[in-house]
Amino acid sequence: MDNNNENNSSSNDKVFEKKIVINPVTRIEGHAQIDILLNQDNTVREAKFKVTDFRGFEKFTEGRPYYEMPAITSRSCGICPVSHILAATKACDGIVGVKPPKTAVMLRRLMHMGQIIQSHALNFFHLSSPDLLFGFDSDPAKRNVFGLIDAYPDLAVQGVKLRRFGQEIVEKVAGRRVHSSEWVQPGGVRWPLSRERADYLQSKLPEALEIAKNTLSMFKQMLNSFNDEVENFGNFPSYYMGLVNSEGGLEHYDGKLRIIDNEGRMVAECTDPLKYQEYVGEAVEPYTFMKFPYFKKAGYPEGAYRVGPLARLNVASHCGTPLADEEFREFKKLGKNGGVVESTFHYHYARLIETLFCIETTKKLLEDPEILSEHVVSRAMVNNYEGVGIAEAPRGTLIHHYKVDNQGRITWNNMIIATEHNNIAYNKAITQVAKKYVKAQQLQEGMLNRVEAVIRAFDPCLSCATHAVGQMALIIKLFDNKGTLIDRQVR
Amino acid sequence: MTEISVVSLKIDGVQVSVPEGTTILKAAKDNGILIPTLCDLEGLTPYGGCRLCLVEVTGSPKLFTACTTQVNPGMEVTTNSVRLKNYRKMAVQLLMSERVHMCAVCVANDHCELQALANQLGVDHVSFERHFTRETIDSSHDFLVIDRNRCILCTRCIRVCDKIEGVHTLDLKQRSKDTEVIMDLDESWGDSCSCTGCRKCAKVCPVGAIYIEGESATQTKHRDVAEFITERRKRK
Repeated sequence: MDNNNENNSSSNDKVFEKKIVINPVTRIEGHAQIDILLNQDNTVREAKFKVTDFRGFEKFTEGRPYYEMPAITSRSCGICPVSHILAATKACDGIVGVKPPKTAVMLRRLMHMGQIIQSHALNFFHLSSPDLLFGFDSDPAKRNVFGLIDAYPDLAVQGVKLRRFGQEIVEKVAGRRVHSSEWVQPGGVRWPLSRERADYLQSKLPEALEIAKNTLSMFKQMLNSFNDEVENFGNFPSYYMGLVNSEGGLEHYDGKLRIIDNEGRMVAECTDPLKYQEYVGEAVEPYTFMKFPYFKKAGYPEGAYRVGPLARLNVASHCGTPLADEEFREFKKLGKNGGVVESTFHYHYARLIETLFCIETTKKLLEDPEILSEHVVSRAMVNNYEGVGIAEAPRGTLIHHYKVDNQGRITWNNMIIATEHNNIAYNKAITQVAKKYVKAQQLQEGMLNRVEAVIRAFDPCLSCATHAVGQMALIIKLFDNKGTLIDRQVR
Repeated sequence: MTEISVVSLKIDGVQVSVPEGTTILKAAKDNGILIPTLCDLEGLTPYGGCRLCLVEVTGSPKLFTACTTQVNPGMEVTTNSVRLKNYRKMAVQLLMSERVHMCAVCVANDHCELQALANQLGVDHVSFERHFTRETIDSSHDFLVIDRNRCILCTRCIRVCDKIEGVHTLDLKQRSKDTEVIMDLDESWGDSCSCTGCRKCAKVCPVGAIYIEGESATQTKHRDVAEFITERRKRK
């Protein structure tokens, strides 16, 4: 691992006097490391977020039939396969050029609600709450999901229940909790929802709603004790991007792609998914496998934007369900410029409001009798050679873009994963946190945990792995100006 | 009325009697002993290609394919020894080491004979180097698709097309690992003038190599179609 770190160092890093490496970053989904580069006087100069995964989906899907894409691409993630399934299926809808029946859209939306509920519950209860409840400087041996179960068993059970509810929605609608790609097909879905299954989900709604409300109120009570973190956890101006519906409200499945600036002004709105590339550019850096998308009009890296729960609440004018709207209005009061909330710490807050919204939307969908209609697919063959599917995954905007030949075989594929959009923002946020908290002369575990925690607040999904279990595997290394290792701490 | 001669033999120590000319595979099956196979299908000409039905015959050092070997009086057959199990596991691993077998994203997942057999034999890894060759996918037909990456060259599709449908659209080209199922004179399926679109090839395919676009394997697979049609034809 040590050699690996040094090999990963770019030649530019050598000009810095010292470097602190956090590898791997724990309690996130995927594999990454953070390098903190120090000046001669031991102050933090810059921090870099390095993603060490390499997957290659865009290349190895070439030649596969377009309708296999939901099944293949959803394998890129075990946490939010549903979002990949939906973005892929929507791109396939574009290739066959048909409009899925209303019930199919409702069912896909319902499955997506389940996905977001379970993913948000996973992030809040399993990954982030140990930091919030025990404090960033607490003993790392306790600051994990097992410590949570020990100290707050009721809360842990609520987290498990809420996550289960989300997964049950996916299972009842699409047949399987994870990788339910068999259910979707271009033009609709394969089977309708039975009354028994709908009734079962409805019976579970009140408990889920109660958990979401309680968690939100608990979080709001805790908020005052984190003023410092709110101020310094990636609190910087940026653009924000997310889907909104035709009325400008919160949207996760389909709609217009809206980009706003840090003062809340709409700077772009993309109504045709095929034109997303007019707004979003992709830059690459040699030190990481993750690309750097940016808002084209502003250029790179000035066009840094954020996506995900915080961005969605920033771009939307309202939520559209009563309880979530109430919370939304309160949340907006935290914003300085035109209601734009800038602190990355508030991703947690936004995530909980979205969870409430998703549960309310689930209720609304299940109460509509049309959800039980059996007309769930419009059949068609390849009619277009290009298709783009955009959906809001739990972590932000997810774009799948395919080109096919006349037999429907993929000739080109571009996927922009939600986590990628935030890449420039990650680097800005960890630099801000490292500058505030990391004092190289007296390295303390809590300092570095804050750097990790800001990444956790974004809830990145770097692959399908969850590192919430097991011993913390953080390695901190100090190098002198000749590159010699002078200190190494393993926790 | 022609008299049918009966042959007596022992299969796994059990004394059985079957009509003369019966294959060991059929004799075993009719007496409740299942020998694994991927290429054999009732109603089709035996092929002996998958090598999974290998059995031991007392007195002979070599192994016999049960699907192509006829019973003999006094024969003593062993269908399930440690040696045979090892060979069968090896045969499944060799099939999996060629081309690309990714169950998770395959249309035949949970309805695949290769997958079921691998599970049954306890094949939890492939000891041979996997080639991951990139074979062509032909989806030029209106609804039939062949994904040659998943093909195990069992030739069931070719035999059902020839013997049951009677058109012989499908056949093989090349040899060894380069062997491929082709349509007519190696044309794309959409251009084939002999294919009737009867779907029998998709119904009998043991894996997900031939399938019907937009249809799940549950709807498509109907592996006793050849036996069913053969029996119906006998009634006339």
